[in-house]
Amino acid sequence: MKTDRIVGKSVPRKEGRDKVTGRSQYVDDMVLPNMLFGATVRSQFPRGRTRKITFGPGIAWDEFVVVSAKDIPGKNCISLIGDDQPCLASESVNHPQEPILLLAHRDRHLLPTAVEAVSIEYDPLPSIFTIDESERRSEIVWGEDNVFKTYLIEKGDLESVWEKADYIVEGEYTTGAQEQLYIENNGMIAAFNAAQGITVWGSLQCPYYVHKALMALLNLPAEKVRVVQMETGGAFGGKEEYPSMIAAHAALLAIKAGRPVKIIYDRMEDMAATTKRHPSRTRHRTAVGHDGKILGGEIDFTIDGGAYATLSSVVLSRGAIHAGGPYFWPSVRIRAKAVATNAPPHGAFRGFGAPQSLFAMERHMDRIAQTVGLSPSEIRRRNFLQPGQATTTEQVVRETIDLGHLLGRALEVSNYHSKKQNFAEQNQAGTSRKGVGIAAFLHGAGFTGSGERYLSSVVGVEGCADGNVRVLVSSTEFGQGTKTVLSQIAAEALGLPYENVSVAQPDTLEVPNSGPTVASRTVMVVGNLVKSAALGIAQTLISSNLLGEGYSADEFRAACQQHVARHGQFRCWSRYEAPSGIFWDDEKYRGEAYAAFAWAVYIAEVTVDLTTYSVTVDDFVALQEVGKVLHPLLARGQIVGGVAQGIGFSLYEKVVWQNGRMQNGQMTNYIMPTSSDLPPIRVFFEELGNVHGAYGAKGIGELPMDGPAPAIMNAVEDALGTHFDSIPLLPEDIMDALLAQSQQGASSIGEDR
Amino acid sequence: MTDSRESRAKAELSFTVNGELKKVRVYPMERLLDVLRLELGLTGAKEGCGEGECGSCSVLMDGALVNSCLVPALQAAGTSMVTIEGLAAGEKLHVLQEAFLECGGAQCGICTPGMILAACHLLNRTPDPTVEQIREGLSGNLCRCTGYSQIVDAVAQAARRRSTA
Repeated sequence: MKTDRIVGKSVPRKEGRDKVTGRSQYVDDMVLPNMLFGATVRSQFPRGRTRKITFGPGIAWDEFVVVSAKDIPGKNCISLIGDDQPCLASESVNHPQEPILLLAHRDRHLLPTAVEAVSIEYDPLPSIFTIDESERRSEIVWGEDNVFKTYLIEKGDLESVWEKADYIVEGEYTTGAQEQLYIENNGMIAAFNAAQGITVWGSLQCPYYVHKALMALLNLPAEKVRVVQMETGGAFGGKEEYPSMIAAHAALLAIKAGRPVKIIYDRMEDMAATTKRHPSRTRHRTAVGHDGKILGGEIDFTIDGGAYATLSSVVLSRGAIHAGGPYFWPSVRIRAKAVATNAPPHGAFRGFGAPQSLFAMERHMDRIAQTVGLSPSEIRRRNFLQPGQATTTEQVVRETIDLGHLLGRALEVSNYHSKKQNFAEQNQAGTSRKGVGIAAFLHGAGFTGSGERYLSSVVGVEGCADGNVRVLVSSTEFGQGTKTVLSQIAAEALGLPYENVSVAQPDTLEVPNSGPTVASRTVMVVGNLVKSAALGIAQTLISSNLLGEGYSADEFRAACQQHVARHGQFRCWSRYEAPSGIFWDDEKYRGEAYAAFAWAVYIAEVTVDLTTYSVTVDDFVALQEVGKVLHPLLARGQIVGGVAQGIGFSLYEKVVWQNGRMQNGQMTNYIMPTSSDLPPIRVFFEELGNVHGAYGAKGIGELPMDGPAPAIMNAVEDALGTHFDSIPLLPEDIMDALLAQSQQGASSIGEDR
Repeated sequence: MTDSRESRAKAELSFTVNGELKKVRVYPMERLLDVLRLELGLTGAKEGCGEGECGSCSVLMDGALVNSCLVPALQAAGTSMVTIEGLAAGEKLHVLQEAFLECGGAQCGICTPGMILAACHLLNRTPDPTVEQIREGLSGNLCRCTGYSQIVDAVAQAARRRSTA
């Protein structure tokens, strides 16, 4: 039995040296001979039929390669879950960023003028832009009812609880769109030749999503489509699906041009056209007993999916399953719905629906606390899920989680109680108000329900000719540390030094489909497969008598070299198998939703300036249980980074829409937090261990996105005594609310006279 | 746009980059960022926003931190510049590069070259900065991955190492 030597240690990031020296190759750093540059002509109009396309004067159009829907050899769609989103709109458009034509030229400076010179006339159709408008169905813009997907989760006997309830607490909570704002814009390069087919290199999360989309679009067999991930400058879900669109566009241009084509979006195009977090509306109606215990409730969770179905159904699913938070619901009815509007499709962003529904749940818990007359911490303590109890989908909690303990620790390290008392006294005077807020939450790791079984991921580990080991996965690195942690796991499994293991560049010619790099699944699910494939290498060497038990690193290296010399390429594979006893019902949405949950309690301390109405987060405690922490430095980096995005989600980042078009698609006017805006974010891990993941690790990437928004809004309410149920909350919103309040106060004084 | 570009001839400009004298023939109003990346192959400077907000294209020009996406090539003539490629001495990393590696200051890496140069600029002016000075000094460089904590740690560590070196 080997002792843990590598997992749990903050080993150097595999590609770190290239990143700090500027040597890493991102897609825009790559140049191919004779390469053209591509650009996209988009609809300027939210909904209508295209009548006429005119190529304006003053442009040498014969120098340009022009691609329209007619040039698509296969199916005109970006194949994902469904096939409803066109690659290039031909007859009608459904949002104001819909790609219609593609242009390529060797001089990239000529492209913006050429794009401008194309004019498209439309027969306009009425359009809709909000969840409310979509629900009214005065215009049907998608399918028969504007509804992409619904889910119903039911548990227990809800009808009987209302008369038993001492309190019935209602609330409505909304969240806005949020831009992922990776610092590297989207980009792709495509090259085609008849013998090898199409190759694309790009900034992306999911090589095999792009692969699938290109096969359908170009009508090519799997082996004629090659997708290579370049170093990727941030993604956060924003490079899960849209890269398939850009790859498709670059590929079509490259095929027609007979030369490689590079498409790099500028910031404004990236922000306006690519996906964002789904805007949401959640309604709660909760029956509560005299002791503050939840008896049951109704939760209506609705998201705006934009113009095409894309990933909305799965975002909705995760949001619905997380809507009840980390609490025990004896009975519940969760109705979830994704609706269509004429905005560009909304998509994946860290948390994937959960930050939206958990924002509502955690704001609502504070409302319940106030109604019942309990403190925010006590109301949570009384309702926490306990081991042995079942979640809203009837998943029995088998982990030895003690949420009361996590809460207690978070209260202690944040000095919550004394802060709360001090602030209440200080807030009587002065030009600012301070408050503290709590959020407790959970996040399921891996694909939902049967998802991992359908994915059926495959991982390879190769024993190389030089005796080193190489991990073959389609899991991508875009900042999280994928290559580092998967190398740790393989090294640990084989008892080798970390330096002897590397991870292959994701290239569909080279690596198997280990699934998409999403859903906090890489370490827990793919990591486990890496471990078993690595063990397969060792077992093969041992059973072929090249290696004895209890081998040294040098012996391993020699044995590996010998095996390759004798038999050639030496690879072991591992395919996902669902753990036994896991039950999930796709129809009733009941059962084991996730193989494991991560659990957390976050506490925010804020100051609201009564002159500028700005909110500053002064201190932030992020305490979580994520199983075994395999790499403390990377794990802390994930948590702090996620919290920063959560602070942006709640206080800074507002997408301003007009007729389905983002009006503030620049870093100048879409504001994300800078280093001087953020507090010290204090990270604490409580390790319990977990049977599912590699070496006891659970997913971590998305978790920190869920907690900051409700913790901060709860703190703002604690500071001001005014509740805000809609984010982002900007200074002008606070000003409006406080002024309205003081006017109301003034007029009621007037009435008294 | 086209006309103005064609009517203006390319000009020969010279400047020093990472200690080497360079001559380029470019349009005078070409962005310095493009000159560095496309003419000189120095792709460490990145374009994040193209309007001077994100700082990913930061380079040092005569010791000043500039957004190379906002600097016309003409303005670089005669200056001495340092890009991320010029920071390490061969395989020996700069103290800031080492600290970024050790403290987890680089995640996706796209802001890292600009961030390290901004940190370099900060430490040149303020060798022993407080945490507040580091946060303020880096506030012109956006990072979406880290939440900045580990970047601040890295700069503080580099400052300590330099002062004891």
